[in-house]
Amino acid sequence: MWTAILQKKLCERSKLMSAVKYSKEHEWIKLEGDVATIGITKHATEMLGDIVFAELPEKGSSVEKDGTAGVVESTKAASDVYTPVSGEVVDTNQAIVDDPSKINEDPEGSAWFFKLKMKDQSEIDSLMNKEEYDKFAKETAS
Amino acid sequence: METKKTSLYQLHQESKAKFVEFAGYQMPIQYSEGIVEEHKFTRNHSGIFDVSHMGQLFIYGDENLISDLENIFPLDLKNLKLNHSKYSFLMNKDAGVYDDLIITKIKEGFLIILNAACKENDFKILSQLLNDKYKMVLDEKRSLIALQGPKSAQILNNIINGIVNLNFMTGNWFTFEEKKIYITRSGYTGEDGFEVSISNELAVRFTKELIKKGAKLIGLGARDTLRLEAGLCLYGHELDKDKTPVEANLKWAISKERVLKGNFIGSDVITKQLADGVNKVRVGIKPEGRVIAREKTKIFNQSDLHIGEITSGTFGPSVNGPVAMGYIENEFSKKDTKVFLEIRGKKHAANVCGLPFYKKSYVKGVN
Repeated sequence: MWTAILQKKLCERSKLMSAVKYSKEHEWIKLEGDVATIGITKHATEMLGDIVFAELPEKGSSVEKDGTAGVVESTKAASDVYTPVSGEVVDTNQAIVDDPSKINEDPEGSAWFFKLKMKDQSEIDSLMNKEEYDKFAKETAS
Repeated sequence: METKKTSLYQLHQESKAKFVEFAGYQMPIQYSEGIVEEHKFTRNHSGIFDVSHMGQLFIYGDENLISDLENIFPLDLKNLKLNHSKYSFLMNKDAGVYDDLIITKIKEGFLIILNAACKENDFKILSQLLNDKYKMVLDEKRSLIALQGPKSAQILNNIINGIVNLNFMTGNWFTFEEKKIYITRSGYTGEDGFEVSISNELAVRFTKELIKKGAKLIGLGARDTLRLEAGLCLYGHELDKDKTPVEANLKWAISKERVLKGNFIGSDVITKQLADGVNKVRVGIKPEGRVIAREKTKIFNQSDLHIGEITSGTFGPSVNGPVAMGYIENEFSKKDTKVFLEIRGKKHAANVCGLPFYKKSYVKGVN
């Protein structure tokens, strides 16, 4: 009985931890252990249009919540990519630098931007869940 | 002021256009396929561009009008044949450019195609310069539709028989649904193509015919990447009141005979610049990596001296890399000169290069 409850709790916790969260700057974040994978949302790519350039933070560098952590450019304009949480950059996705069109093709999957070792996991709590983000994106779309 | 809409506005909406306000008009920046696909479609097939926001100025007059316009434009208009077009500039006394334009000799006078953002001011300037002696109509009742790309001649000839016989930079009157339309073989993408001046009530039906024959609507976004690859100037970027046609490296558009004679607006400065050279000049800039140099990006030489500025820059889908144009101090304007672009605080290597980035394919010598 007791183990079953614990297992259920653990299961809930891991579900919670692997759930994708979203920022108002249109980044998505997925936490696994203490490493967060961050990218930009499909909605963001639809607003940007064809992405033709991507710049990522340097591996080993530290980034601060809501600070700039990269750049994407469409044929039209450049846009900053922000990080929704603080941490140390442990990996970056060179594939999207070599071929930025991948970001339009699979923004919330293989075209992730960077991975962070998070400093403070509670930073993720204030972010939106899928339902909240979809509503936010719909309301703010011009 | 309320933004204006062209006759094709509803068709753009139905075609899922994203709109942007440009020169007081609601214009399509792109459709659902996006700028890169639209760009490539124009290069490989045939793209339809609604450029009805541009000014179509008809000036009616005889020999006197020709002489009076020669006092304004650096063109040999006396020898401009009927239905032939020239690229030119409306300049101030210092040879700064108020607008760049295409002027075509028609039977009753001239048709001048003006930039949307400049057309009202151009009209005022020209009315004053011509002392209101001639009938001038900035025609809002006509739309302007450009068809650009290698399949354009074939597609358009299916609808308007005979247009294949036009040479680049010539035009003529044709008929569509028994109404007169004026077609020139011209455009601003570096491709073979046509610009069709057609009354507003026919514009939608005509455009739908083009679509039926396989052409696609293309937005202003791709128009910009296409003209940049073709090394063509965009007013407000490569050209403005503080830049002269000589500095813009557009000497070819200035009539040599007219420079010898002088007496057009700005001729003193033009003559001097042609003889003595200029301090800054427009060049092509090719970044070495993938980074895109946007307008106002500063250009430095190898000794870190600020030597110029980017006026337009984007990703060129046909070049498959970044392309830019800018003004640079004359001594650094030679092809293959290594320069550095300051982008987001970092210096990126680039090279001065010849224009265009993408070879033009205009049709000459048809007949």
